[in-house]
Amino acid sequence: MGKTIAEKIFASHLVDNPSGDIQVIRLDAVFCHEITTPVAITDLEARGMDRVFDPARIKAVIDHVTPAKDSKTAMQGKILREWALRHGIIDFFDIGDNGVCHALFPEKGFVRPGYTIIMGDSHTCTHGAFGAFAAGVGTTDLEVGMLKGVCAFHAPQTMKVSITGELAAGVYAKDVILAVIGKLGVNGATNRVIEFGGPVVDAMSMEARMTLCNMAIEAGGTSGICAPDMTTVTYLWPFIQDEFDSPEAALEAYGAFTADSDAVYAEEIVFHVGDLVPMATFGYKPDQVKPIAEMVGEKVDQVYIGSCTNGRIEDLRVAAEVLKGRHIHKGVRGVLSPATPAVYKAALKEGLIEIFMDAGFCVTNPTCGACLGMSNGVLAEGEVCASTTNRNFNGRMGKGGMVHLMSPASAAATALTGAITNSHIYTGGE
Amino acid sequence: MKSFNGKILFLDRSDINTDEIIPARYLTEITKEALKPYLLEDLEMTGFAPERDVAPSGAVITRANFGCGSSREHAPWALEVNDINIVIGESFARIFKQNMFNCGMMAVELSRDVLDDLMTRFAGKETELVTDLEAGVFHFTAAGEALEVPFEISDFDRALVEAGGWVGYADQHY
Repeated sequence: MGKTIAEKIFASHLVDNPSGDIQVIRLDAVFCHEITTPVAITDLEARGMDRVFDPARIKAVIDHVTPAKDSKTAMQGKILREWALRHGIIDFFDIGDNGVCHALFPEKGFVRPGYTIIMGDSHTCTHGAFGAFAAGVGTTDLEVGMLKGVCAFHAPQTMKVSITGELAAGVYAKDVILAVIGKLGVNGATNRVIEFGGPVVDAMSMEARMTLCNMAIEAGGTSGICAPDMTTVTYLWPFIQDEFDSPEAALEAYGAFTADSDAVYAEEIVFHVGDLVPMATFGYKPDQVKPIAEMVGEKVDQVYIGSCTNGRIEDLRVAAEVLKGRHIHKGVRGVLSPATPAVYKAALKEGLIEIFMDAGFCVTNPTCGACLGMSNGVLAEGEVCASTTNRNFNGRMGKGGMVHLMSPASAAATALTGAITNSHIYTGGE
Repeated sequence: MKSFNGKILFLDRSDINTDEIIPARYLTEITKEALKPYLLEDLEMTGFAPERDVAPSGAVITRANFGCGSSREHAPWALEVNDINIVIGESFARIFKQNMFNCGMMAVELSRDVLDDLMTRFAGKETELVTDLEAGVFHFTAAGEALEVPFEISDFDRALVEAGGWVGYADQHY
């Protein structure tokens, strides 16, 4: 019987099967940030077990609130910083070269097809874009991962989502994933890995695939996953060129982490996107999705472009294309947070930052910040934000605030008018 | 092992998310105890007032997909420091459920029919839960009502509860 990608990864990393369908797997990487890791560190210290399984396999970043906004966040950074230093964790990213973890770590080449990765962050599923099994976990799983390099999961059930058709101009990976979540529901993929495939995914860049996989958790999914292909190899080539004679050789090796043709899926869904239009969320749950066209004119107070979902260079290019030579509506606050220093520098070089600033946007340093209402753009009670982030829970960006999730193009267009707007009025397309 | 008994807090809604259980603005705390006053602070539900309803409670009964959203273990911790070690519902988000058992707490699934019955008979009344873990039976009692409901948890989850959580278990085994 054939295997899905996740089943192949689990089979190659199995350490123990303590009971039932529980599989304890070996971890190739444990990612850490300053919000969920410090409690694990202090707990290990209290237990007299302040050790790490392999400092080279642990990557850490201060990204959620940086620079620190108060004494408490400064202390979280301090605990992580001192721990990284104490254990010789070389890949630790602090102020000056830190960025949003799920944008930064792929960019640094820390993810490979077939890898198993955990992090104390639900959007860890992003890294599945590289053909890895990457799951968000709580602090205790993280703690054991840091200490022992293992984690327990139920044997993976895979749901295959094939995306067919051709995306219209002005419709992006964000619109696709919002529509998919709208169809699956916030509980539709719980305890399952979502394997994204089909011609639309095959044609997507790594950035777009990361946007797709990033929001697998919003349907309850354990990990998103895309089969590794030449797009994956090309992205990774600077990091793997010493391991393989040629990109073709790498592709062949990574073929071990593609699904068998007779793989058995828990569910298979074909999602046709030929007639998909730009989408946005309208409520407090990420599956409350409808076409932007049905929301046009709803006023917003703030527009936020950034995050692990849509803070990468492609996203900034798309938004800048809409904003170029224009100015955002009076009374709307525009906040751009490039996801990493490399994104920021590329955007400077390409002249995108100038476009954003000329349009009236405030440009912040790379950080998670406003996405979860911690800093750099928290909403006041009753305010509305059009946002390229991934979660619209009640109070997410600030108590009493409302968030409408959408693509960078839609968010940029919305900033220009001060109310929800389809970007096609500026750029053509759907 | 923790206590899985106490007065029940009924939260009759699906998809109660982690941000409603403990808002992100409190994630800057580095001790579990500091989370105590903020449990369910952002949960807006008719008839529910956290400052009145949380303190007397020792168990939660809810609907489907409880704990969806963030991976924050602050959600179980905020329950734990309020002496709520058990949540009973139709289903749970994967990470939340794992976090509960990893802390030696319980997230137990019952069918929708059983939950409907429990809500109908007990919601709005002072209801006590006593959990017989060994027999796998919940005992619900309120004025004029008593009900026994069998439940199941996996052998692995039971081992975690008995080991007081995943750190102890993993340290023993790996």
